[in-house]
Amino acid sequence: MKVRTDEFKARSAETTKNPRRQASLKLVYDGLHKGRIAAAEDTDDWEDQRDRARAIKWHTINNLDYYLDLLDKNVRANGGNVYFANDDAEARDYVLGVAKANNVKTVIKSKSMVSEEIGLNEAFEEAGINPVETDLGEYIIQLAKEAPYHLIAPAIHKTREEISDLIQEVAGGPRQEDPQDLTDTARALLRDEFRKAEMGVSGVNFAVAETGSIAIVTNEGNGRMVTSAPRVHVAIVGMEKLIPSMQDLSTMLRVLIRSATGQRISSYVTVVNGPRKAGEEDGPDEFHLVIVNNGRENLLKDAQLREAMLCLRCGACLNACPVYRKAGGHAYGWVYPGPIGAIVTPVMTGKKVGRDLPFASTLCGACKDACPVKIELPTLLLRLRSDLAEGKADPKEKSSPLLERVSIKAWRFGVQSPMRFALAGRLSSLMMAPLSRGGWVRWLPPPLSGWTKSREFPRIAGKPFRARFRKKQR
Amino acid sequence: MTQSEQIPRRVLLFVTCTVDQLYPQIGESVVNVLERQGCEVDFPAGQTCCGQPAFNAGFTEDAKAVARRFLDVFAGEDPIVVPSGSCGAMVRNFYLELFHDEPETLAKVRQVAGRLYEFSEFLVDVLHRDDLAAKMSGSATYHQCCHLLRELGIDAQPKSLLASVEGLEMREMEQSEVCCGFGGTFAVKFPEISTAMLNDKLDYAIATGADTLVAGDATCLMHLEGGVRKRGDTLQLKHLAQVLDEATSTDGVAS
Repeated sequence: MKVRTDEFKARSAETTKNPRRQASLKLVYDGLHKGRIAAAEDTDDWEDQRDRARAIKWHTINNLDYYLDLLDKNVRANGGNVYFANDDAEARDYVLGVAKANNVKTVIKSKSMVSEEIGLNEAFEEAGINPVETDLGEYIIQLAKEAPYHLIAPAIHKTREEISDLIQEVAGGPRQEDPQDLTDTARALLRDEFRKAEMGVSGVNFAVAETGSIAIVTNEGNGRMVTSAPRVHVAIVGMEKLIPSMQDLSTMLRVLIRSATGQRISSYVTVVNGPRKAGEEDGPDEFHLVIVNNGRENLLKDAQLREAMLCLRCGACLNACPVYRKAGGHAYGWVYPGPIGAIVTPVMTGKKVGRDLPFASTLCGACKDACPVKIELPTLLLRLRSDLAEGKADPKEKSSPLLERVSIKAWRFGVQSPMRFALAGRLSSLMMAPLSRGGWVRWLPPPLSGWTKSREFPRIAGKPFRARFRKKQR
Repeated sequence: MTQSEQIPRRVLLFVTCTVDQLYPQIGESVVNVLERQGCEVDFPAGQTCCGQPAFNAGFTEDAKAVARRFLDVFAGEDPIVVPSGSCGAMVRNFYLELFHDEPETLAKVRQVAGRLYEFSEFLVDVLHRDDLAAKMSGSATYHQCCHLLRELGIDAQPKSLLASVEGLEMREMEQSEVCCGFGGTFAVKFPEISTAMLNDKLDYAIATGADTLVAGDATCLMHLEGGVRKRGDTLQLKHLAQVLDEATSTDGVAS
């Protein structure tokens, strides 16, 4: 997918002025965020479970080579194929190759953020293959030709009216407004595609190394259809999604589902162990697992940023994030929005071009509290800020504006001595005097005008606290 | 030993650069409240800033230089009181990150951070005063500043202090734990997002009908008050220390 991270400022500003998007984003807090909190409060040993999940993920990520080998071996033992794609092009080519070898005309897909990442739908279309998203939210954004707005609720930004328009365009007939009617219509449309499709493409929530299984969590049952109805099943997985064992899967499902939707368990949990075996009634003839790197090794090889590989893509940090809830999902300019997106996107696609993202946070810490595996998101954002401000990890990444670097040096010189600090305060207070009324400044020049457009700024006190304290003591 | 003997009498005030330069009246209220509880407040005159502005902007080397200075200025044994969750979190949490690869400095950090308390935390957890026999009329709503709540985990202390003020009616606002949109340079770099967050916060506060919005951090108050003034709202803004100062003052007004 095209990287548009350099448009964050403009696109987020636009979203703040769009009342329809803001109304949808409020639902993210009222629905998903509060739902997660309620689910966590309902779970006795919630903190222990988070710690266990974190430990499982750390262990896997720190031994990723071992578990990748084990997964590879076991998927093959089950009769499946494994392909390791180093980048998006390799992943697309492999999947297209499988499709062509099987003379595929229609592909049904269940939700997969990695497939968005590698631009798979566009590649299918260019090859004359019809990809059909079967998760209702994904189906809606596919009709709208948009990217997902949220990790688990891709069409959360769409109003009922917008969805009505989109469905009417494909279904024809009278316009429907009732959510149940719209869902029924979409279901009928999708039923046809399920019958026709020669190939199913799914995402993966967890890839279990010791059994070579993949686990998929859905609420619509479409994941089960996609993985069992067509003759060929291709599962695409980011290489961070591995876990060692089935026992670990039970821990992971508990924290994932509660964190994602606030449910104790999703309507469907599908575990696939490769293609249909002799004597089995259901399942595909062919199973392919495509494991995708595509920049993940940039995270993996950095001792600190590696922590972002623990991510389960549950979306809890988005729901908790007040910046996401104003900026909206598309502003982040790639597949992964919100706090985790502000970390993984620049690292996977280029820090310099995505340099606004790590700064698009107030460091309020709500994401860290929400994360089921306790990723230190604010610390990782700060780390990326330092890469960008100082070129700490790589001098070529340095991209702080000169004015900012000069200001920081001046500030550092000022605060290294209480006398200089007090003097700077006195001078600033005098300089602000002509601009202020009643102790407040209404206008400041750019870039500080960013503040004064919507807020006054207090004039620096003529008599700071230190002077008042000295006087009091005398 | 009686309880009063266990209670530290001398405290060092880390007033923060924002309070020193922009809100000196908050600093005076902190001193008044602490003195009324029997403390002797000292202000180490060498103090300026903890280094957070540079740290948050990604300039860790500059932040380190300023933080080292802070550690020297606040060396000693007496408890340190700071009327800010954010500056408190910088010293207590983020200094550990900043100096993670410097064991010697890290030892200093632990010594200083172990003595540093946020204002409400010091009153309730160290002085064991969650009821200051305070009185005040009016109504207030409390905004939970991010670093105070989530970095330092200070939640019950300010609330119990406010609840103990006789005559002050507390009204809970919607999304009281959500950030006000300040975030340091964030407010200038992303003014539209910041302002949208600010407007939500002010709307929720005003919807309670309370006449005062109370918070525990001067930087958040500066953001909120700047917004109130621009919007022309009548909501008053006060630091917790100002409320407690006013409510424990014998003449009924904060200095």
